[in-house]
Amino acid sequence: MATNAAVQGRAAVRPRQSAGLWSDAFGRLLKNRLAILGLVLVTLLLLAGIFGPIVAPWPYQVQDLQAVFANGNRPLPPLSPNHLLGTDQLGRDLFSRLLDGARISVTVAFVVQIVILLIGVPIGAVAGWFGGRLDNALMRLTDVIYAFPDLLFIILLSVAFRETFFGKALDGLLLVFVAIGLTSWVTVARLVRGQLLSLKETEFVEAARAIGVSDRRIVTRHLLPNGMGPIIVAITLGIPGAILAEATLAYIGIGVQPPRASWGSLIAEGQKFVRSEPHLVVFPAIAIALALIGFTFLGAGLRDALDPKLKGKQ
Amino acid sequence: MIEAAPLVQVRDLVKHFPVRGGILQRTVGWVQAVDGVSFEVRRGETLGLVGESGCGKTTVGRLLLRLIEPTSGSIRFDGVELTELKGAALRPYRRRMQIIFQDPYASLDPRTPIGDSIGEGLRIHSLGNGAERRQKVRRMMDLVGLMPYHARRYPHEFSGGQRQRIGIARALVLEPDLVVCDEPVSALDVSIQAQVLNLLNQLQRELGLTYVFVAHNMGVVEHISDRVAVMYLGRIAELADRRELFRHQEHPYTQALMSAIPIPNPELRRQRVILRGDVPSPVNPPSGCRFHPRCQLRQELGGPAICADLTPPLIELGGGHLCACHFRGAGAEAGTRAASEAAERAAATSPAGMAPSRVTSASGS
Repeated sequence: MATNAAVQGRAAVRPRQSAGLWSDAFGRLLKNRLAILGLVLVTLLLLAGIFGPIVAPWPYQVQDLQAVFANGNRPLPPLSPNHLLGTDQLGRDLFSRLLDGARISVTVAFVVQIVILLIGVPIGAVAGWFGGRLDNALMRLTDVIYAFPDLLFIILLSVAFRETFFGKALDGLLLVFVAIGLTSWVTVARLVRGQLLSLKETEFVEAARAIGVSDRRIVTRHLLPNGMGPIIVAITLGIPGAILAEATLAYIGIGVQPPRASWGSLIAEGQKFVRSEPHLVVFPAIAIALALIGFTFLGAGLRDALDPKLKGKQ
Repeated sequence: MIEAAPLVQVRDLVKHFPVRGGILQRTVGWVQAVDGVSFEVRRGETLGLVGESGCGKTTVGRLLLRLIEPTSGSIRFDGVELTELKGAALRPYRRRMQIIFQDPYASLDPRTPIGDSIGEGLRIHSLGNGAERRQKVRRMMDLVGLMPYHARRYPHEFSGGQRQRIGIARALVLEPDLVVCDEPVSALDVSIQAQVLNLLNQLQRELGLTYVFVAHNMGVVEHISDRVAVMYLGRIAELADRRELFRHQEHPYTQALMSAIPIPNPELRRQRVILRGDVPSPVNPPSGCRFHPRCQLRQELGGPAICADLTPPLIELGGGHLCACHFRGAGAEAGTRAASEAAERAAATSPAGMAPSRVTSASGS
């Protein structure tokens, strides 16, 4: 019975201990209006990405050709019957295609950041903690990758792998994820390294060492949480960058293949008719802008919320 | 004198930090932070470690705890050679030796509630289960004068004095034998200093702690220490009982240091010993006795060559009073003899030798 109670006691303690910082930070986040706006936009984007195709009035590839004929072979304008945002010149419902594009953008946003974290954080942490030659070697590697033109690298990669399984997986998106991830982890790696370099000399690290805390625990429990603010901000602010990068690639025809469309490729298609049918460009552009604003505000809000020293100040 | 074996025995402890320079970051020199220090810390006592900034006293503290690796020398803790221990073998000793830091703002993890900071050591050493740990943390917080509800707060929500109490609680919750106090009050307001010092005194009595107290404030050292070691440029100049040392000093450096303590009585006048020059760089310290370029005694003696040639050993003058000067105690005669021999040699080679007559006259002092 006694051991049982002890086990329960421990189980009851753990989540509360680790929840402290995060629940406090969340409370601070909710006091920030812009951050809430960001949170709402990001939530809407997530919901659209997850449930969009279910609630969409039309499947993204279905052509309502009759309506286009009736309109004199021209795309339907917004607020047409059955087509809230109109159609493209093939009669595909723009709203439905935007929702499908949201799914692609959300996937890009998160998968790319996960790739960046998986590569950038360990490399930055190892370089910063051990220092010396290892640090030097890793940083020269990041310099090389940083200096190489991203777009060229991604184009080369997609050309090289176009016909392989890797190039075709997930409608060609896997290649895009990996390519963007491989070119953009350096910023996070440098950030993590810098954070560790400045934090590992602090007295609280020495105090932890005096207590007998292992290196690994010092890095994971003391250094990374303290360096977490800038990392989370960089990740959140990196999401719009990834969405933009995917849009750019889609615009030049790399990545997602028709009939699927991301917001970038919607703009690329709509651009041909931008004078007569501006809505084909405007709505995808608004979608991208809202997503970028949402993640940027959320990122800035997180930065403030994760720094307990800012508590109560604004 | 029969007594229990000392808790800590330090022999010939040396720590040289490399100085790197150039494009290739090659070692171009060594900072001789600690250069041959030997002393003992007895159980239950407070050993004060004083000296100017840069004399190596903090480095000695860190070396004791193996927070930095000694270049050479031996540290025996409770009979065990610490310098040979590594990794897991060192861990149980980590629990028994703790440190209280100078800067209460930098020494607490800003992202960890202070209850967790204090309790971390208990977790690391798997002492007790969750409930017992929390109980222990609460008791420790109570002992240093913190409220139980403080446990969930972050370090930035506390004042400097409170933070230092948190640091003390974190060090003492592991029930260590030895606590290195690295200038624990120098960052605090004077009104708070006394509080923290009294707290340290009280905890020492209640928990049977042994302190190594690093400080540069002689008043603080006099208040808290049983014995005091005076350091100069990486070496111990003098080590004695607190009362003995504050009553009369043997080493010329200690004399100069003591004469700098302000006396809160405007009527009282005393002879000040004013040292000239700065503390030399530990990268390129003076030869022989490290104090010799600034030593007022050597000047009085007419600059004997032995001071620059030979390192004076730390010798016992009786009653546990140790001093490292060629012209003090049993070594005084040898020192004088060596000095006069050197002077004769100098006189033999160059007829215009430096007034050796004053050396012989000083041998009576």
